[in-house]
Amino acid sequence: MSVDQATVRRIAHLARIAVTEEEVPHLQGELNAMLAFVEQLAEVNVEGVEPMTSVTPMVMKKRQDEVTDGGYADVVTGNAPMTEDHFFLVPKVVE
Amino acid sequence: MTDATALTLAEARDALRAKQVSATEITQAFLAAMEKARGLNAYVLETPEQALAMAKASDERLARGEARPLEGLALGIKDLYATKGVRTTAGSNILGNFVPAYESTVTSNLWRDGAVMLGKLNNDEFAMGSSNETSAFGNVVSPWRRQGSNTPLVPGGSSGGSAAAVAARLCLGATATDTGGSIRQPAAFTGTVGIKPTYGRCSRWGIVAFASSLDQAGPIARTVRDNAILLRSMAGPDAKDTTCVDLPVPDYEAAVGRSIKGMRIGIPKEYRVDGMPAEIEALWEKGAKWLRDAGAEIVEVSLPHTKYALPAYYIVAPAEASSNLARYDGVRYGLRVPGKDIVDLYEKTRAQGFGKEVRRRIMIGTYVLSAGYYDAYYVRAQKIRTLIKKDFEDVYAAGVDAILTPATPSAAFGIGEKGGADPVEMYLNDVFTVTVNMAGLPGIAVPAGFSSEGLPLGLQLIGRAFDEETLFSVAEVIEQAAGRVDLPQAWWA
Repeated sequence: MSVDQATVRRIAHLARIAVTEEEVPHLQGELNAMLAFVEQLAEVNVEGVEPMTSVTPMVMKKRQDEVTDGGYADVVTGNAPMTEDHFFLVPKVVE
Repeated sequence: MTDATALTLAEARDALRAKQVSATEITQAFLAAMEKARGLNAYVLETPEQALAMAKASDERLARGEARPLEGLALGIKDLYATKGVRTTAGSNILGNFVPAYESTVTSNLWRDGAVMLGKLNNDEFAMGSSNETSAFGNVVSPWRRQGSNTPLVPGGSSGGSAAAVAARLCLGATATDTGGSIRQPAAFTGTVGIKPTYGRCSRWGIVAFASSLDQAGPIARTVRDNAILLRSMAGPDAKDTTCVDLPVPDYEAAVGRSIKGMRIGIPKEYRVDGMPAEIEALWEKGAKWLRDAGAEIVEVSLPHTKYALPAYYIVAPAEASSNLARYDGVRYGLRVPGKDIVDLYEKTRAQGFGKEVRRRIMIGTYVLSAGYYDAYYVRAQKIRTLIKKDFEDVYAAGVDAILTPATPSAAFGIGEKGGADPVEMYLNDVFTVTVNMAGLPGIAVPAGFSSEGLPLGLQLIGRAFDEETLFSVAEVIEQAAGRVDLPQAWWA
């Protein structure tokens, strides 16, 4: 399988990464090189094989559903580029 | 006391307890060495004040006879580990001046046991790379050079800063992480020892995520024993990581020097890849002979799905990365590039904040997870992963204790030499190590000899899940037989 330039633009948008027109052909070449490399996986017979969902067979640890941490909004927002009253500021999203 | 930077971690520990040297003296010696070695670019941040304060506290405990397991031992920390109040970037511009308000579990464990932090070590951006050339801080220069040449070489990656700092005697040991070979390949390139423990042995909490089902923390240090000492402190249960196992941590150091007589060591025929350099093949045979001489039985084994591990990895790892790295949005932390609306802000921030390799991997991951391709790529790769794991399980069920392979297909290469046109050329570096991550098993790289150009070469041992002890015992035999590596003279100082 290989990707065309329209697909490259669509993937970039899905990934929320801006690409310039000059970058598209180059990215297309690199993505197609990787897709060509993984092509050989098609020859493996995976009939009846379960996909791996847990690296180590183990029951997921659980804990009581209770608040164990928090109460420090100033720390949580401390690294944010723009905040106001412990809210993260973004451009207007609702008209 | 001779130069404290020449000591191994175990020697430094013993010298501290014998009061032949103080933690402050050791720390000062490393801080001075780091200053002279800035040209190697191994550290992206030096923390001398914190280091000296920690060393002073260690000296007080040592004086009171209350030394903890790593008391006063000076370490470097890969910049993928969140360190409270100390800038943590993962080698990326998108994290910019991120200063965590929390400490990773693994580094917390190290400080709990008395270790001293010298600074943060360079790495490939988000640990994506095999040469430390993708870091936003620029590449790391290996302390090693080819005989009679001044060509700068890569230290390997992604834990290139960790490996270079250990080999250049800029710390007693370092933390590292391994998603596809990022501990073992740089260890092999720099004549140092590095272990990727079993998935779930160390907590991933507070380590910047790359591919969560593959990432695992581990140490790089000068000897097998030093690795055993560090791993014992790094490993252990953690309620904050649901994939971290609730198993007690053995005394790994006790396994160093244990007899390997009667052990069965597997040699996987599928690792004899086309075009393998003769010196790698010879190194591998020499390693097998050393183990046979130590009383182990060498048996040929088969891991039939080996060749599919690397392509399957290049679906699974980018897919998980594209999901993990979605958090870098310019809103909550790190770089923000203004945009006309929120999507524009995301797209501009991520285009500017991520480097080329990271953007490429996010895009491939986004593609293989996108509607219509998920089953063909991601689900198929996860099925192949099941088959890869089963290959190992079958070999171990047949009575094999550990598997011996080369660590890398070649010695270290020059900066800028690989991956320029075709990214796959660089990815092939991990052909021997990536299988181990796919199966979640432990693997250790140990120096075993030198290339014709005088560069270190390493062997890899792969163990059963949660049997790091056998790896330490077998690796010690190789280390003893090969002889301690003479680290390069400080041409950079």
